[in-house]
Amino acid sequence: MKSSKRFFKELIVVAVAILSQVSEGQVSYERILNAGDEPQNWLTYNGGYMSQRHSLLQQIDRNNVNQLELKWVLQNQVFGAWQSNPIIVDGIMYVTERPNSVMAVDAVTGRVFWKYRHQNADNALVCCGANNRGVAVLNDKVYMGTLDAHLVALDRINGQLLWKAEVGDVNLAYSVTMAPLAVKDKIMVGVGGGEFGIRGYVAAFDAETGEQVWKTYTIPGPGEPNHDSWEGDDWEHGGAPVWITGSFDSELNLTYWGVGNPGPDWNAGQRPGDNLYSDSAIALDADTGELKWYFQFTPNDAYDYDSVQVPVLADIEWRGEAKKVMMWANRNGYFYVLDRTNGQFLVGKPYVKVNWSSGLDENGRPIPSPQPEGMPTYPGNQGGTNWYPPSFSPSTGLFYFSAWENYATIYRAEESEYIPGRAFLGGGFSVLAPSPGAPTIGIGRTNPINNWTDEVGFASLKAMDPQTGEAVWSYNQFDVSDSGMLTTASDLLFTGGREGYFHGIDAQSGELLWNVNLGGQIVMAPVTYMVDDVQYVSVISGNSLSTFALEE
Amino acid sequence: MFAQMSSLHAQELGDHQYTTEAIERGSRIYSRECALCHGPQGDIVDGVNLRVGIFKNVQSDDDLRMVVTQGAGQGQMPAFGLNASDLDGIVAFIRAGFDPDGVAVRIGDPSRGRQIFEGKGECSSCHRVNGFGPRTAPDLTEIGAIRTPASLQQNLIDPAAAILPINRPIRLVTRNEETILGRRLNEDTYTVQVIDSNEELRSFRKSDLVSYEVSMQPSKGPTELSGDEVADVVGYLLTLRGQ
Repeated sequence: MKSSKRFFKELIVVAVAILSQVSEGQVSYERILNAGDEPQNWLTYNGGYMSQRHSLLQQIDRNNVNQLELKWVLQNQVFGAWQSNPIIVDGIMYVTERPNSVMAVDAVTGRVFWKYRHQNADNALVCCGANNRGVAVLNDKVYMGTLDAHLVALDRINGQLLWKAEVGDVNLAYSVTMAPLAVKDKIMVGVGGGEFGIRGYVAAFDAETGEQVWKTYTIPGPGEPNHDSWEGDDWEHGGAPVWITGSFDSELNLTYWGVGNPGPDWNAGQRPGDNLYSDSAIALDADTGELKWYFQFTPNDAYDYDSVQVPVLADIEWRGEAKKVMMWANRNGYFYVLDRTNGQFLVGKPYVKVNWSSGLDENGRPIPSPQPEGMPTYPGNQGGTNWYPPSFSPSTGLFYFSAWENYATIYRAEESEYIPGRAFLGGGFSVLAPSPGAPTIGIGRTNPINNWTDEVGFASLKAMDPQTGEAVWSYNQFDVSDSGMLTTASDLLFTGGREGYFHGIDAQSGELLWNVNLGGQIVMAPVTYMVDDVQYVSVISGNSLSTFALEE
Repeated sequence: MFAQMSSLHAQELGDHQYTTEAIERGSRIYSRECALCHGPQGDIVDGVNLRVGIFKNVQSDDDLRMVVTQGAGQGQMPAFGLNASDLDGIVAFIRAGFDPDGVAVRIGDPSRGRQIFEGKGECSSCHRVNGFGPRTAPDLTEIGAIRTPASLQQNLIDPAAAILPINRPIRLVTRNEETILGRRLNEDTYTVQVIDSNEELRSFRKSDLVSYEVSMQPSKGPTELSGDEVADVVGYLLTLRGQ
């Protein structure tokens, strides 16, 4: 028989548990804004509005990382590169599958609570695979963009569809592959379709009703500033998609987005002008969508140098001055630091071999040096880096990302006619190989044998110092890597690569501390979270999501 | 860069090759006379892929000429009355892999080619074919199905420019002072998988190696065979299409 004192104690425990469930049940905007206060969760695509992918959890550290062991595996049921980034809310993981499913998963056991399947329109069209990079959560809902250019809102508890909004016209090859961004009472998404002659935009929807609140084109229309960076009607189908989740600064009330390539991709001569705001960072007012500033990395791009990298924000002392910066390793081979209050260029330097441009001028504008026809251009078509999420560690002060070294492409430009909903490429390309007909690097890795070798390109994880714009150290892999980064307050860096190794690296020195062969390409970034005082690290490799924690 | 290399080879190769003019002429004739049935890439007719050199009966260039001038398949392919230079052009265009900038290759007699392959050419002292010969160099049983004539010819004449990166000879020294010669089958950041000179499959952690060298020079230099003999060997290799 229980003593009354013990019974009373248990009552309190139950009451506290219920209370905390109530307060935790809703993922309010304030919770997301202060995501750093609850490092046990991973509340946005990049772990918080600053997109630093930096966790304050420190149970796993540089001394015990070699005691990580596999806790569970979730097997994907769909073949193809699994680029999804999980979100973790109070012990529940939300992860998407190709083409457009959402699962709610017990983050401790890997068992699935529910799965929602969106049926895409038959004519949904994407250039580079049925990719779907994850969800956003806000309050009691979870949100996903779809390949047929819709935004769906689900009940976060039972997976029921609540509303579905059209983001773009699927017949014109608009699509959504990014994880949405939830800010205040709005859900924001951008559109893909840069290879199909779309006119890109970012749109915001009412989180409760799905009504569109604002929509800002990434190509200005007639009468708008910078419309004259296009000629004739090129602007109507000039591409400039937005297919990677943006960032948010609540003090400035600005959302930041990376804008993709102009179209047709490889024939810059067919669309004279700078082609704004293709290949740019843009700052949009979070309430109205109004464009506040832009910075264009690659004017009149002929190389498919999408600027769809994650805008990584930090408040740091920069060369002796407190600054709100934005750090950006661009697909065009340059690493940039910008002042994110106004888009001012602070520093920019090449991080890989670059020959399409001979340098940047004082405003950060590239000085073009196009290569003769048939000659290789560095970096190649997949870029010096691409969409893979970087990390910034306030602890080390360094910015980490995956670069492709020694990788070049021979471009071919040709006139191409815009036909609605069809590919609009303006030529083609081949990857530079050491001998005729030798195997080269593709968009993903489907072969367990690397017969192209590092002679066609290899991965270099770079730790950049934003003060100098230069790498402090780098860690190379034999094959290239599309893996994103995760850093922790214990100065650990987790990342992967196409070879399927999952690495734990010393974020200060670049020393490899631990790794495991998971056997399938890692084409997303790891996440970390904590449940019942156990810190977990999850990473997707091939068709499996593997979750690790320290040995018990 | 590659365009320059091709034209350089064109001079060196001499009688191995058709002229660029012939290939271009062939390109025009092909569009006019052949593309309707064979398709722009030469792969529309079942069992035939002209661009990569897969035919039903044709082996040598002379076979090819005969099919064009006499027809084939009991009337499925009509006979074409082309003059000699147009006929050369068609053969050149097909042998160049439909690439006007490519190197067209003369294809000789397969049975003579086999004799050279197994005899004075010393090919079979390293390469295995249909279950016979050593495994140290790549097995050539299917080589005719996976390589173009131009690639096969270049492997004989200028192996350093033609060898695939993965096939480069390697030399490893382990901590136990064992030296291993062979070639790679696979490699990643931390390990390398090898077939060694004793034809054994070996896998090494790079951290266990004292040295690891990949030679840019193939184990065999440019062939000393004559142009006719090279054409015969290429002709033989093209018959190797798997079991």
